[in-house]
Amino acid sequence: MPIEEAATQAHEAATNAPTAGEYIVHHLTHLNTTGHAQSSIIDFSVINLDTFFYSAALGLLTVFVLWLAARNATSGVPSRFQAAVEFLVEMVADQAKGIIHSEESRKYVAPLALTVFIWIILMNAMDFLPVDMLPSLWQSVTSDHHAYMRVVPTADLNATLGMSIGVLLLCFYYNIKIKGVGGWVHELFTAPFGNHPLLYPINFAMQLIEFAAKTISHGMRLFGNMYAGELLFMLIALMGAAWAGTGTSAALWVGHVLAGSLWAIFHILIVILQAFIFMMLTLVYIGQAHEGH
Amino acid sequence: MNLNATLFAQLVVFFVLAWVTMKFVWPPIMKALDERAQKIADGLAAADKAKTDLVLAEKKATDELRKARESAADLRGGAEKQASQLLEEARVEAGRIVAAAREAAEAEAAVASQRAREALREQVAQLAVAGAEKILRKEINAQAHADLLVQLKSEL
Repeated sequence: MPIEEAATQAHEAATNAPTAGEYIVHHLTHLNTTGHAQSSIIDFSVINLDTFFYSAALGLLTVFVLWLAARNATSGVPSRFQAAVEFLVEMVADQAKGIIHSEESRKYVAPLALTVFIWIILMNAMDFLPVDMLPSLWQSVTSDHHAYMRVVPTADLNATLGMSIGVLLLCFYYNIKIKGVGGWVHELFTAPFGNHPLLYPINFAMQLIEFAAKTISHGMRLFGNMYAGELLFMLIALMGAAWAGTGTSAALWVGHVLAGSLWAIFHILIVILQAFIFMMLTLVYIGQAHEGH
Repeated sequence: MNLNATLFAQLVVFFVLAWVTMKFVWPPIMKALDERAQKIADGLAAADKAKTDLVLAEKKATDELRKARESAADLRGGAEKQASQLLEEARVEAGRIVAAAREAAEAEAAVASQRAREALREQVAQLAVAGAEKILRKEINAQAHADLLVQLKSEL
């Protein structure tokens, strides 16, 4: 494999030069509380420190920027910054108004949708930073050349499922709030096929499947897009890393520049689109919780 | 793609951020937006009102202008009439003064000519007496012939 050979050549000077496979695997391993890659598929004693740090930091940045706009918001002529934030707020408010018909619920759900939208855009946009920049910075800060770090929180299934489960909990909350416990239980057993004792188990199973499918697809869609995007950036980075002064490596380097530019430009669309889809589905699912079957 | 407790941390962050936005971000911005919408609505209403006001004011101004023009015309007419009246009066007065002056001058001239005639008559009488004296040499008694002389004087 030429890429691997070239990469190996390029890192011959360094000791323990990683192969392309090692490079990718290293970049896809989280900095977690155990200090090494998580071995089991599910282990709730572990926390991914990098995902938590970057998502919390970007979340704080989101609310801070929004708060900056809100603090100086006037009904007079708005500054450009205020107008930009207002544009987002109005966009989200309009979408929420069209989907959720309860004004009381919108007071919480619309701000939530706004936060989620901007927060996910920022988390997705971590992809635009050079893939090695923050990890190698972290490695030099810790003086550990094998320290792990992933910088795109939405390329971690924990983050996206965490948010989609949050939406699921809100769906439960609004189901109970709007329909009452009895009403919701009644709906769980009588919808979608009808009110007949023989149909109760089938209805309930269908409802469980519906909630599970909504939640998992909600989280998985965002995760899949961002994971694939991140992986592609790493593969593109491998081309540039193959630089060794030879003709082939020069061609790969040019390929890196071309492919990196093209993918980054295309990725802008994905970053915004996936954030928008996540926000819209949040509104749609919560809106569905307001409506009876 | 391993699952771990990051999921719950993210879940908590999700709700905290949403709460912060709901509490501190959404209300002021929505308030500003609603207020601005109200301001714009008010502004549009005020503009409409100003437009109708303007039409009314223009109409009023036209009326005033017309009225002013009419009263100015009246005034000018009155002034011209008064001026011609004054002129007429002055002309009559002047005529009267000229006539009076002429009359006075004529009277004076008549008095003067009468006086001159009297004086002349006196001198002629004296000349006649003096002449007659020379002619008659002492034969005429001035006193005896005074009646004759007076008669002569009145005939002159």
